[in-house]
Amino acid sequence: MVKPLGGADVVVVGAGIVGAAVAYECATAGLTVAVVERDQVSGGTTGAGEGNLLVSDKEPGPELDLALLSLRRWREWAETLDTDIEYEPKGGLVVASTAAALASLTALAEGQRAAGVETAAVADPRTLEPHLRDGTAGAVHYPQDSQVMPSLAAAELLRRPGITVHTGLTLTGLTLTGGKITAAVTDAGTIPTGAVVNAAGTWAAEVAARCGSELPVAPRRGFVLVTEPLPRMIRHKVYSADYVANVAAGTAGLETSPVVEGTAAGPVLIGASRERVGFDKTVSVPVLRRLAAQAVELFPFLTDVQVMRAYRGFRPYTPDHLPIIGADETVGGLWHACGHEGAGVGLAAATGLLVAQGLTGGKPALDTAAFRPGRFGRPVEEAHA
Amino acid sequence: MNITVDGRTVPAEEGQTIAAALHADGLRAWRTTRVGARPRGLFCGIGVCFDCLVTINGRASIRACLAPARDGDVVTTGGER
Amino acid sequence: MTVYDIAVIGAGPAGLAAAETAAARGARVAVVDAAEHPGGQFYRHRPGDDGSRHHHWRAFTRLRDALKNVDHLAGHRVWHAEPGEPHTLHCLVGHADERPTTVRAQHLILATGAHDRSLPFPGWDLPGVLTAGGAQALWKGHGLTAGARAVVAGTGPFLLPVATGLAASGATVHGVFDANRPDRRVLPLATDPARAIEAAGYAAALLRHRIPYRTGHAVIAAHGDGRLEEVTVARLDRDWRPLPGTGRTITCDTLATGYGFTPQLELAVHLGCALTEGFDGTPVAAVDAAQATTAPRVWAAGETCGVGGATLAIVTGALAGYAATGARPPASLLRRRARQRRLAAALAAAWPVRDGWKSWLTDDTLICRCEEVPHSRVEQAIAAGARDTRGLKLLSRTGMGRCQGRVCGYAAACLVGAPERPDRPIAQPVRLGDLAAGDTAPIHPRAGADT
Repeated sequence: MVKPLGGADVVVVGAGIVGAAVAYECATAGLTVAVVERDQVSGGTTGAGEGNLLVSDKEPGPELDLALLSLRRWREWAETLDTDIEYEPKGGLVVASTAAALASLTALAEGQRAAGVETAAVADPRTLEPHLRDGTAGAVHYPQDSQVMPSLAAAELLRRPGITVHTGLTLTGLTLTGGKITAAVTDAGTIPTGAVVNAAGTWAAEVAARCGSELPVAPRRGFVLVTEPLPRMIRHKVYSADYVANVAAGTAGLETSPVVEGTAAGPVLIGASRERVGFDKTVSVPVLRRLAAQAVELFPFLTDVQVMRAYRGFRPYTPDHLPIIGADETVGGLWHACGHEGAGVGLAAATGLLVAQGLTGGKPALDTAAFRPGRFGRPVEEAHA
Repeated sequence: MNITVDGRTVPAEEGQTIAAALHADGLRAWRTTRVGARPRGLFCGIGVCFDCLVTINGRASIRACLAPARDGDVVTTGGER
Repeated sequence: MTVYDIAVIGAGPAGLAAAETAAARGARVAVVDAAEHPGGQFYRHRPGDDGSRHHHWRAFTRLRDALKNVDHLAGHRVWHAEPGEPHTLHCLVGHADERPTTVRAQHLILATGAHDRSLPFPGWDLPGVLTAGGAQALWKGHGLTAGARAVVAGTGPFLLPVATGLAASGATVHGVFDANRPDRRVLPLATDPARAIEAAGYAAALLRHRIPYRTGHAVIAAHGDGRLEEVTVARLDRDWRPLPGTGRTITCDTLATGYGFTPQLELAVHLGCALTEGFDGTPVAAVDAAQATTAPRVWAAGETCGVGGATLAIVTGALAGYAATGARPPASLLRRRARQRRLAAALAAAWPVRDGWKSWLTDDTLICRCEEVPHSRVEQAIAAGARDTRGLKLLSRTGMGRCQGRVCGYAAACLVGAPERPDRPIAQPVRLGDLAAGDTAPIHPRAGADT
């Protein structure tokens, strides 16, 4: 069945936070946008994330520049959007357990400061987090680290005039004329358009394949424990200096490090685990136990606190841990905005901005060479592992 | 046997849950919600709804409808934590 | 550590029948049950109970006697069922003195039962409003009356024993209001002699206690300042919309309300069991002719695979007990299951939930009691793109609280127009220290952020 839906200047595939940001920025730039989502708004990784806008966990380089740009944009959105998206600049506190870890952390922070990140060494982290365990070597405070409620943010961004959201619709392919897109084909009809943006997150490799291209995006599973609601006992996003190393590691095996944060709604969120096991939704009890053990070690008072629920999500992993942002090098009119791993919410705003600038022929706000879709070369071995 | 509820002595029978002892004592609400301060007590009575939470002997967030009363239990009502 | 041949989860009619059958075939059986006493919700009783408040008490005492041949692990709440060889049940025992423990078994029989299905209406979270099962539990489990002046409302045959139980416990029952108008000519009770006798007994009891029984009526609102003081009862049209001008108030301190039952499916989902539609179209564990689920070495019985009452539970429990021990069941048992299933389907058809209950809601009626989410926010979330209960949770916090959507899940699913998804990896709250205590791998903090 090929019936025409309304045409649009750009079709965005995926109504997660990245798709929503791309749609919002394109609409702001004056384009008409159709969003095609096979499930529902925030139904994928966005709905499984904590909504972190972090600069603290990024080493100096293109991703940190993207994060800083994004953070500024998020701050503007929090002020201008109609709905409360629960934006909270609560700050991050990275804790080192040993003198050696503190030395590495301090060196990292110095590099980050040079790149424009606000950092402050904290000799006794318990001045900022009174319930933290005794005997840490020290910490670095990152006041810019923030949080939003990503599902609400995505829904709110998608309400912008100029955007039409089609949920329950699957992109099945493209219509090309002379190597250029003339329509997006879905299971419920075609949408005439000249541009398609792949913002399908962890499922971006599948969408790229349907568009005649190839991307090395693979799922990296993570679990989050959610405690019962508490009075505000933990004020920052608190994590161990080991976390940065875990994010950067590329192993398929299980990586865990304690990431603990209180929320305005009351529950404490506990992560983080990373393992490359495909889209396996099976709950791993050993991982849950490990997350609990690490959290309790960081905040001993949590011992007696109940875990109320747990959930898992699949981060869109790329081999070099950098997102994929830019025009496809073979299919004319196809763009990619995906592969943000665990930083999709934080990087979404800048990603949207860069894609909109690219589509309207504007000057990009920063150099996007590092995010080029073609950087992996072909054939791609890792993507289908 | 007796339990103490917010400092007050309340009788309980062998085999009774804390919730049943509170109910038999005439209490219908013993907690308020976080957002709207709405009164809550027994609703499902079988451990599903989490409305009837109490603190027993210093341990918070216990479902009163599941916990058997033991002589001397110290029960604190009110909020969740 | 002991590895059982079979662990039966639940000690209600289905679980007890499964345990009895399996143990009689020589299997080493554990019955893992959250309650302190066997019987489940159906056979809930007081210690030393003589059974005078119960139907089928003789069947229960026989099943209970069979526990002598198994390890009855009472007071074990399973927070996660981990599939494997053997399967592992992660449990919590105790309350103020809670501690974790595990039970291992090669085969599992899920007989996890069901809880009351609630529909929201204005004032339904006032103290004094109880689920029908909650009111019944106070009486059967503790000999307590839920209140002095009571009203019973909802739908289904279960309202009758709740009303007679309330009356027997000393409450004045001001009416039983069933939203449906089951057609007496197609009432399937007649196909099951035992049920017909039971129904006649309730009818006599209602008469004896002068309890009015009204069909096509519902409690559409509860009122009170801090606790229940009165309810509004209205006559309904076929779709359960209140007929204008028929509302009247009844002064009461207790309302027992229930619109059927929802099976507890968390553990089935943990184990990877496929779900299907039950007799009323809502999710249940899918089973084959031998009560086997789609997960290896896991069977299901009773309400877990379709809400059909105690007799069907006993029959399916016994069948699961045969299958899990590799034995062929007697043909008579298969015939009884077929008959009881037909009966369950007929009961589900005669007592459906009609859409008109949504018209009882006001903007500020709470849908999610835990997170205090009003109806208006649910509607906003649907308008913003939520397509199922997960989407509702993400966009409105509905079902995000302590009960994980067990209470509001059915209503939320109806409002959003997609079935419930009973995905709750943590089925019972577990303290972080207890969870951490089972962490076997040593933690080696790595030095620094650089690799």
